[in-house]
Amino acid sequence: MKKQSDVLSGIKDIATGVYNTILKRKQPELKMPLRALANVKYDPKEGYFELLGKMKGRTLTAGTVKTFAQTLKMMSLSKNLVETDDIASKREAYYISKNWGPARFNEQPDSDAVMDDIEAMMMVNREQIGFIPEEKGGEIAGKLIVIDKDRDTGKELRIDCTKFGSGAYSIPISVEDLKFETDAKFILAIETAGMFQRLVKHNYWKKSNCILVSMGGVPTRACRRFIRRLADIKKIPVYVFTDGDPYGFGSIYRTLKAGSGNAAHINKYFCVPQAQFIGITPQDIVDYQLPTHPLKDVDIKKIKDLIKNDPFIKHYRPWQKALEQMAKMKVRAEQQALAKHGLNFVISDYLPKKLADQKSWLP
Amino acid sequence: MAEEPIAVELAKKQKEIGVAEFFSRNRHLLGFDNKKKALMTTIKEAVDNSLDACEEASVLPEVSVEVIDMGNDRFRVIVEDNGPGIVKKQIPHIFARLLYGSKFFKLSQSRGQQGIGISASVLYSQLTTGKPAKITSRISPKHPANYYELKIDIQNNRPDIIREEIVEWQKDHGTKVELELEGSYTLGPQSIDAYLKQTAIVNPHVTVIYTNPKAEQIIFPKATDIMPKKPVEIKPHPYGIELGILMDMLKFTEARTLQSFLMNEFSRVGISTAKEICENSALLPNTKPKEITREMAEKLIQGIAKTKIISPPTDCISPIGYELLEKGLKKEVNAEFYTAVTRMPSVYRGNPFIIEAGIAYGGEQNAEETVRLLRFANRVPLLYQQGACAVTKAAIQTDWRSYGLSQSQSSLPAGPCTIVVHICSVWVPFTSESKEAIAHYPEIIKEIKLALQECGRQLGMYIRKKKKVQYESKKRGYIETYIPYIGEALQELLKVKESDRKNVENLLLQILEKTRGELGAVEMENVEYDEEFAKIGKGEEDEETE
Repeated sequence: MKKQSDVLSGIKDIATGVYNTILKRKQPELKMPLRALANVKYDPKEGYFELLGKMKGRTLTAGTVKTFAQTLKMMSLSKNLVETDDIASKREAYYISKNWGPARFNEQPDSDAVMDDIEAMMMVNREQIGFIPEEKGGEIAGKLIVIDKDRDTGKELRIDCTKFGSGAYSIPISVEDLKFETDAKFILAIETAGMFQRLVKHNYWKKSNCILVSMGGVPTRACRRFIRRLADIKKIPVYVFTDGDPYGFGSIYRTLKAGSGNAAHINKYFCVPQAQFIGITPQDIVDYQLPTHPLKDVDIKKIKDLIKNDPFIKHYRPWQKALEQMAKMKVRAEQQALAKHGLNFVISDYLPKKLADQKSWLP
Repeated sequence: MAEEPIAVELAKKQKEIGVAEFFSRNRHLLGFDNKKKALMTTIKEAVDNSLDACEEASVLPEVSVEVIDMGNDRFRVIVEDNGPGIVKKQIPHIFARLLYGSKFFKLSQSRGQQGIGISASVLYSQLTTGKPAKITSRISPKHPANYYELKIDIQNNRPDIIREEIVEWQKDHGTKVELELEGSYTLGPQSIDAYLKQTAIVNPHVTVIYTNPKAEQIIFPKATDIMPKKPVEIKPHPYGIELGILMDMLKFTEARTLQSFLMNEFSRVGISTAKEICENSALLPNTKPKEITREMAEKLIQGIAKTKIISPPTDCISPIGYELLEKGLKKEVNAEFYTAVTRMPSVYRGNPFIIEAGIAYGGEQNAEETVRLLRFANRVPLLYQQGACAVTKAAIQTDWRSYGLSQSQSSLPAGPCTIVVHICSVWVPFTSESKEAIAHYPEIIKEIKLALQECGRQLGMYIRKKKKVQYESKKRGYIETYIPYIGEALQELLKVKESDRKNVENLLLQILEKTRGELGAVEMENVEYDEEFAKIGKGEEDEETE
């Protein structure tokens, strides 16, 4: 990933380009890749969404003058943050803009969008330009020691993830400088905090010698990057365990494994190509006779959309089959539905069985 | 005693109804429904006659109109012109005999058509005040001026000469009409003042000197010395001729064969067309016109319908012209935008006609109200019965929304706008003898719509341009607001000097101004507008309805 100095010179290059164009009495333009699923392709070799060439240009005209001014002001703020090794949350950046008179943002989504634009323009992660998201990065429990630094002394801090009791270690916003020690056999990424709690409570990680990650919905960039670095460095497999519904498949698992359309310019770093889906699959609903909920219209729409438009799903026939099967069954099932067979069924039967039977996974 | 059948008794009461008698009881048919309208109609008829006479004699019309309030709802109306005058023996017939005149018998564009107007005013005056009409007329300096006091013998529709003498008159030629009648004088859109003003707008060659009942004199001077092109009298076109009229024509023609009758009495019929008509009617070309029966005449009409005949000549009508129409509008309405159009001649029922239309938009006009619609027929303003008029119907059927005005279904558009429509024709089809509304002929409505659409497109372009300019000028402020922040950000990012920042901001302003396009000037100065003139006839609106 780009270094701090690269980021600073990148910002300067863009600003210089604008400045020189103005001196030539021409309309300056800011160019950035179009961030959308329509502008990515799935590269099975690399295992993530790669940007296609489509670019979005923002030429300075009477109509764009406000956003143009806001983008440059935001770049200036970013430069300031990087230079002073400070950070601002998305919401803080929004409040800082309130000093910009009429160029201030009226709503946070506006400032978030400008931030995303700058990020894409420079092909960096927003943390690198000094902005951090509000969302939590995910939680860790199990056979892992994270090596961080003490903010004041710079001394190594060894964080043993086995020693959080019934709690867990929180993945920080920036994971780039963390080091790891582990002899775990696999990483299990879990969709819901409820399931994570159950597995922690019964020391599942101890029994099966693994690292548990609670994603809490769609994994954040920090969470994805954390899992990726850990899996890469320690060469351990990653298994994903979500609810059996289109959201679990298409949003949570797919984003973890291949990245997202919106972050297409940085998916390379924020994806976990080695991830495998162990459940809950539509076939599991049948095999384990799980209690279900009927699919809503939005679910059916999401299934159709995934099959038709998602480059990742389009690449994997088994996924298309699984989604078609679900569409036919017209039902979905949650992770916790396994509790029908007893609270510890997931630990005693489901997970061991699934992990042993690679044929029951999805790619 | 055997009783006589009741019909015999009834027969004693059955007799011919005199035309004067008929109109004395049905005065509303001629536009004398109420006191206000009666005064208006009297002046209108007198002025129309004066203008027609002057134009026929190629004299630039100079008409003086005086209305004197005699109290008790009585008014004396004096209309005097510089026209060719009337020969002595015709004076009593023209003024004191209904349905007497020259205009009915010819097809030529004129204001009057039937020969009822002025004699109806005389009749009304006589019925309401019992006073005779006083007429003075002189045809040349070599001839004396004749003075008459006339009444109408209502039963026989004949002039009743009360007094007859030769008088001294300072005019070389002209006619003066003096009537006393019951009436009521008001201001507003249907007033005498409005009528005279609108007449001046569409007749720029006319001078009107008007003295109102408050004894104030208003002069509408002529705006041009050029007389309108003199309308040419034409023969009827075979299309649109009616059976009864055709039979009359056959009876009175001097032609000796059907073929020569068709060639002599109709326009656009040459020898081959005449032969074709005869063939299509299964009649021999050498049939004697007087021997043609009703059945044969009917065949002839069918034959005409089957024959292709070129449209009637159109040089017989004389439009105002779009330039003069626009100029007239500018005088009346202080707007921002004017447009006018004169259509190509068209034909309804064998009668050629031309539609002209104009629009004045914006300025001091009320944006909330329905547009003002001014209607003219053969240069005469139509003030009454707007709802029944073909012009109104055509304006309602036009989709004004695409031209930037608001319009709810089946109604006139709303907006700061005055719309003028003028129809001129050798025979304007009015819905009634009072000549207030134009009949709904599809061909006429279609032409009016085309004229309005043509003006509407110009209007739409203007409104769009105006909106764009407003938008652009909004943007100008917009640009100026945000440029400093671009300068500030670049200074922060690149640590440039204060002077460089200023330079960049100036350059940005230039660059954006250029891309934004010029701030077009849409302001239009109206040098024609005359505030005093525009005020005439406005004032207190009257409550009385039609």
